[in-house]
Amino acid sequence: MAKVGVYVCHCGSNIAGVIDVSAVRDFAESLPDVVIARKDLFMCSDSGQEMVKQDVRDGLVDRVVVAACTPRTHEPIFRAAIEKAGLNKYLFEMANIRDQASWVHGNDHEGATEKAKLVVASAVGKARHLQPLHDKFVDVTNAALVIGAGIGGISAALELANMGHKTYLVEKEPSIGGIMAQLDKTFPTNDCSACILTPMMVQAFNHPNIETLAYSEVADVDGYIGNFNVKVRQKQTYIDWKKCTGCGDCADKCPSKTPDLFNGSLSDRRAAYIMFPQAVPKKAVVDIEHCLNCAGRTIGTQPKINEKTGKAILAPCERACRAGAIDRSLPLDPGGTIKEIKVGSIVVTTGYQVMDKGWFKEMAPASPNVITALQLERLISATGPTGGKLLRPSDNEKPHTMTFVSCVGSRDVNFHTHCSRFCCMYMIKQARLLKEKYPDLVINMHFIDVRSAGKGYDEYYTGAREMGINFFKGKVGGLEILPGDQLRVLAYDMEAGQSIEYSSDLVILATAVELPPDATALAQKLGLQFCGNDFFRELHPKLGPVETAVAGLFIAGCCQGPKDIPDTVSQAKGAAAAAAVPLAQGRVKIEATISEIDSQKCSGCGICEPLCPYHAISMRDYTDRARGVIERHAVIEMSSCKGCGVCTSACPSAAIKLHGYEDEQIYAQIAALTA
Amino acid sequence: MSFSPNIVGFACQWCTYAGADLAGNLRCKYPPTVKLIKVPCSGRVKPEYVLQALAQGADGVLVGGCHFGDCHYKDGNYKTKHRMDLLTKLIADMGFDPRRLRLEWISGAEGQKFAKVITEFTEELIALGPNPLKKEEELINE
Ligand SMILES: Cc1cc2nc3c(=O)[nH]c(=O)nc-3n(C[C@H](O)[C@H](O)[C@H](O)COP(=O)(O)OP(=O)(O)OC[C@H]3O[C@@H](n4cnc5c(N)ncnc54)[C@H](O)[C@@H]3O)c2cc1C
Ligand code: SF4
Ligand code: SF4
Ligand code: FES
Repeated sequence: MAKVGVYVCHCGSNIAGVIDVSAVRDFAESLPDVVIARKDLFMCSDSGQEMVKQDVRDGLVDRVVVAACTPRTHEPIFRAAIEKAGLNKYLFEMANIRDQASWVHGNDHEGATEKAKLVVASAVGKARHLQPLHDKFVDVTNAALVIGAGIGGISAALELANMGHKTYLVEKEPSIGGIMAQLDKTFPTNDCSACILTPMMVQAFNHPNIETLAYSEVADVDGYIGNFNVKVRQKQTYIDWKKCTGCGDCADKCPSKTPDLFNGSLSDRRAAYIMFPQAVPKKAVVDIEHCLNCAGRTIGTQPKINEKTGKAILAPCERACRAGAIDRSLPLDPGGTIKEIKVGSIVVTTGYQVMDKGWFKEMAPASPNVITALQLERLISATGPTGGKLLRPSDNEKPHTMTFVSCVGSRDVNFHTHCSRFCCMYMIKQARLLKEKYPDLVINMHFIDVRSAGKGYDEYYTGAREMGINFFKGKVGGLEILPGDQLRVLAYDMEAGQSIEYSSDLVILATAVELPPDATALAQKLGLQFCGNDFFRELHPKLGPVETAVAGLFIAGCCQGPKDIPDTVSQAKGAAAAAAVPLAQGRVKIEATISEIDSQKCSGCGICEPLCPYHAISMRDYTDRARGVIERHAVIEMSSCKGCGVCTSACPSAAIKLHGYEDEQIYAQIAALTA
Repeated sequence: MSFSPNIVGFACQWCTYAGADLAGNLRCKYPPTVKLIKVPCSGRVKPEYVLQALAQGADGVLVGGCHFGDCHYKDGNYKTKHRMDLLTKLIADMGFDPRRLRLEWISGAEGQKFAKVITEFTEELIALGPNPLKKEEELINE
């Protein structure tokens, strides 16, 4: 028979201010198998814990129930305490009478007290049936995976690699660098983005501990902290990267044109292309969707032969490549190749995208002179489509008046309620850079309010005001297209208390930051959650900002929420440190609360097998020598089971036991709650 | 005394249980009708548990899990949805008003939603009256 000790916490007045703690204690004492019921002002204090430990050491109790706050924060504390006192730590159960009772029923003391009694009875009911469990440990693969190689991913990978861990850096584009590679200069210091980013890209790519897998995507993930098995799809480049020297001759000769997304579609690129001049790795790929298959050179076919010369007729790209990296006769698989890797922890740094202007019908998206701020970055960049000259897209003329519109799609219930956080600052940056270069340019900036809360940021903003840039507080209601590709700006000036209207040559929209569409599929592969949020969800908004609900999986940078480069780098380094912990420990714990099949009870029906989300269940044949028959039953691979209990609930023979959440424990809870 | 329904709640530890904790943090108010049994995933809720709770006189049963796409174990909540849909029909056949079983997706960030769901469910159960089995029990006792 179990000897249950119940300990009821006052939590100062948090619980005792609402719930009659003495009445709960008295009630607990009357429950079956309860040998001791005590109360304390703060159960989690040293003295409170000591009280429990002493009862354990004295052999008075062998099951412990603490009625206090939530097991989500305090269960580990009490488990550790009883373990120190010599009791198996799983012989512990918590009754949540604060977060789920006193805090929410402050207006009904009697009701809260009655509820607390039932909740305690439920915990005692479960505790009576608790069994000791034992943690198991497995060795860790000393390698990490970083998904997404923007400035966040590069920083995380360098950090992990410098700590001595083998690190795979997976990037879906042909080059690493992310959105920072598209930027001209960076606030608040105005240093050139490429000048600070390119060396880091090169350093990461050449690091002996980093294996960069560019133009690759994660196809599948299974396993768990310490031992994730990851399938990476290396997309088909159609160009042999071992031979490609990055000269760009193929791109020069390729006749097929398509909008250059790196330049915000303000210029064209070819089907055979190198992503941008400073690309790392600097390799060409063929974008097969836009490839014209010149000279009938579909992939995997032999070339036609010129009857006169007897020579093969090749596509322009093949002819152009002096390194012999392009051979369209080869039967290249459009699906690319799959590389399987094993890692101990994973950092996700897949970043963001900015919304397209097409969503905002009131902002005259049809006008070529309405562009997003990211397009403007390309327009003012020396490597951009105009070589850094500010020319408006409709006629390549220099604008005289330009307009910035903030919060387009951000802080807007119709699109995203969040603030995109760095737009105010980059707009001020862009305005400053342009004003320095073109002092005559009239720049009108429209803000709901200016958010410049970083270190040195407000100084940067006030500096801009002194430069003669016009700031208006108030929203832009809409834009109208005027003859001559001009735009009429219809806005409100809150400080003057009146609407304003003027004609502008170029309008910049600071469109909202959001996750790219493929983020959802990635989240599902990894088990990342959104929880009603626009971004990947961290384990705890304050105390677990880089951890996730999946052990061994970490997030950083803009995929966790909009943030600028300094914050992205800080968070990425934090995530790298957290991801290095299991690698440094060398072994990780396998949860004890996982499922097990009782082969005596298993009828071999096979219902559970397809249900397991982790394919942990397999059907095996056993020869029962004594009876001379072959029996079939299910077995669970311990290291793959995550303890969800989906199989447990489905087994018609009740052969599957989920440790820590066993049938008889739950039935005891139901009985207690309906007594 | 007015009737205060007894609700047995099965709450997934990743979402609904955390949402209920958040309701506490935010000091949301709701009636003390619900008592939660923590389960790892809503997929751990055996249909038999729901039947057992009703058979033992619970006036209502809440099953709370993560939103679709958010299940910590990928798709446990889809399985819950199938199971509970079938179960709703079954309990209706057994003579229980199907509204006595409620399936809700409440995330760890939705403290207010948790409070709202409990308040509404409680009101609904008050309108429905006590578990019919309890009335029968009373009749037998008389
Ligand atoms: C117009 C504009 C101007 C800005 N100016 C500044 C500035 O001056 N100063 C400043 O501090 N910040 C500025 N920012 C913000 C800056 O861009 C971000 O802080 C930074 O890019 C965030 O880095 P990241 O690594 O999180 O994301 P990203 O830069 O978005 O990098 C993510 C990377 O992951 C890759 N990826 C995405 N999905 C997958 C997948 N499924 N598999 C593999 N790889 C994937 C992407 O291709 C990309 O390379 C500006 C932003 C904008 C829009
Ligand atoms: S075959 Fe080569 S040259 Fe022709 S479109 Fe395709 S990539 Fe360009
Ligand atoms: S509890 Fe069952 S279904 Fe869930 S992970 Fe383990 S074996 Fe798979
Ligand atoms: S983990 Fe919440 S429903 Fe599966």
